Amino acid sequence: MQKRIYGVETEYGIIFTPEGRKTLPVEKAIRFLFEKLITTEHFLNVFLENGARFYQDTGCHPEYATPECASPKQLIIYDKAGERILEDLQQYAEEKIREERIPGKLSIFKNNTDFVGNSYGCHENYLVDRDVDFYYLAEQLIPFLVTRQIYTGAGKVFQTQDGVHYCVSQRAQHIYQKISGTTTNDRSIINTRDEPHADREKYRRLHVIVGDSNMSEYTNFIKVGTCSVVLQMIEDNYINKDFTLRNPVKAIKDITYDVSCKRRLRLDSGREYSPIEIQREYCEMAQKYIEQYPVSDEHKEAVHMWQYVLDCLDTDPNKLDRKIDWLIKRRLIESYIDSRGTSWNDPKVFMLDLQYHDIQRQRSLYYLLERNGAVDRLFTDEEVDEAKVQPPQDTRARMRGEFIKLAREHSIQYDLDWSNIRLGNLLNVRVICNNPFETDTEKVAELVRTIQKTNLRKTSLSKLVIQS
Amino acid sequence: MAKFIKSLERRRSDAADISSSIWMAASGEQKKKSKGGGEESSDSTEEGGQKMAKKGEELKEDMDSLMEEIDSVLEENAEEFVKNYVQRGGQ
Repeated sequence: MQKRIYGVETEYGIIFTPEGRKTLPVEKAIRFLFEKLITTEHFLNVFLENGARFYQDTGCHPEYATPECASPKQLIIYDKAGERILEDLQQYAEEKIREERIPGKLSIFKNNTDFVGNSYGCHENYLVDRDVDFYYLAEQLIPFLVTRQIYTGAGKVFQTQDGVHYCVSQRAQHIYQKISGTTTNDRSIINTRDEPHADREKYRRLHVIVGDSNMSEYTNFIKVGTCSVVLQMIEDNYINKDFTLRNPVKAIKDITYDVSCKRRLRLDSGREYSPIEIQREYCEMAQKYIEQYPVSDEHKEAVHMWQYVLDCLDTDPNKLDRKIDWLIKRRLIESYIDSRGTSWNDPKVFMLDLQYHDIQRQRSLYYLLERNGAVDRLFTDEEVDEAKVQPPQDTRARMRGEFIKLAREHSIQYDLDWSNIRLGNLLNVRVICNNPFETDTEKVAELVRTIQKTNLRKTSLSKLVIQS
Repeated sequence: MAKFIKSLERRRSDAADISSSIWMAASGEQKKKSKGGGEESSDSTEEGGQKMAKKGEELKEDMDSLMEEIDSVLEENAEEFVKNYVQRGGQ
């Protein structure tokens, strides 16, 4: 599919640190986060003006799902916008909590693990054609997904009996299956959840749950951009090599513990390749593919970045210390250790790791580096700020976003999900939009106008169901 | 769009020079380099070496101030904070 819908769901870690004796359980802290969001929808589950969804997920994590996006870059901007929205809510919540006379700090982290080994995810969603054999697609994609962590990993400091180590990925050690239907136990590389939020006859969802949450815009873009290119190649039957790993779940862990990225993995065929070599094979195919097939400029850019990143990983990974999360963070920690004459065993090293992922820009070490010009950006603050309030203009999210604005303006009751808008006092008027590429906001505006005219009388409203 | 990409590239390359150097200064790589330059006897290289050493010093200062900034925001009770950071498992 050349035209595709993209989405990312990010679960955030949250903790309240009291400054006095009084504390606040996380269930209550999270409620303060939602207080600023005025809506007629369910509490703890709302759609935002930019078309995104913000809700409390399993395990009391705040979760932000981007609106439907039409390209990888757009997706990354909306993912960043989610951080900024959450930062606003966090500041508001912290003030509210202070007003309740519970002094303390509310911290929110965009990472994937806590101190004792619990994990929370970052799920990528790609809309794929129903006609493509899902298991074939998954099998072709798995060797790519297992090895891509060498440039998508967010890095993690961890302790074993032998001391403190650094690994490539936050998420890798929490993966137990290749493909499965659950997301909380037996986490897999690809999840079989098939909710396309679109016409099921035409589309299905590819739900990739193996990725790390990224702070770096560069890392985040290359993660989604390369996956999207590989997906397109698989759909076009372009991949003519077999990289099936003998044990992908073991491989994903072996790779994360090997910061050289060169330890060899055994394929089903008996041959052995390093993660860099497997990625190079995919990347070389992609380079030929983009010459022969119609591919967007963004995808071409992703492939060029991909090659550059693999070259650096092969020769001098530290060249990526402004681009790739796990290498940015490692440089930060090493520099700190050097300049402070301390060691990896210093508890501050663990704190550096965690605080890199703080979404509050005044506390976050990632943003401290960004302010000092020490990381590469792909987008501007203005672009991200606009994405906080404006939905993508080329997907269904535009209709949802416009509707939310109009409904709020006219104090109309509503309830939403990805493909439905329900409105009116009895929520008995429904707009169904099963086509995620549809952008007809006039339909929404007309609906709102009609409702105002009919003054919400049930009889006339029942005729208003619009289907598209 | 093209204009945007161009400005982006410019920004990127400008920044790349500055920051790789910041990190290098921190790890002492920059210092080694400027010393190496100074060892050659020709006047111009020596001058270059001095310039580089001066640049190295500036970068070292940048790095020091970056590290100070990190210390100023870094959680004071690091050990306790990290140990208390326990989440319920998510998805």
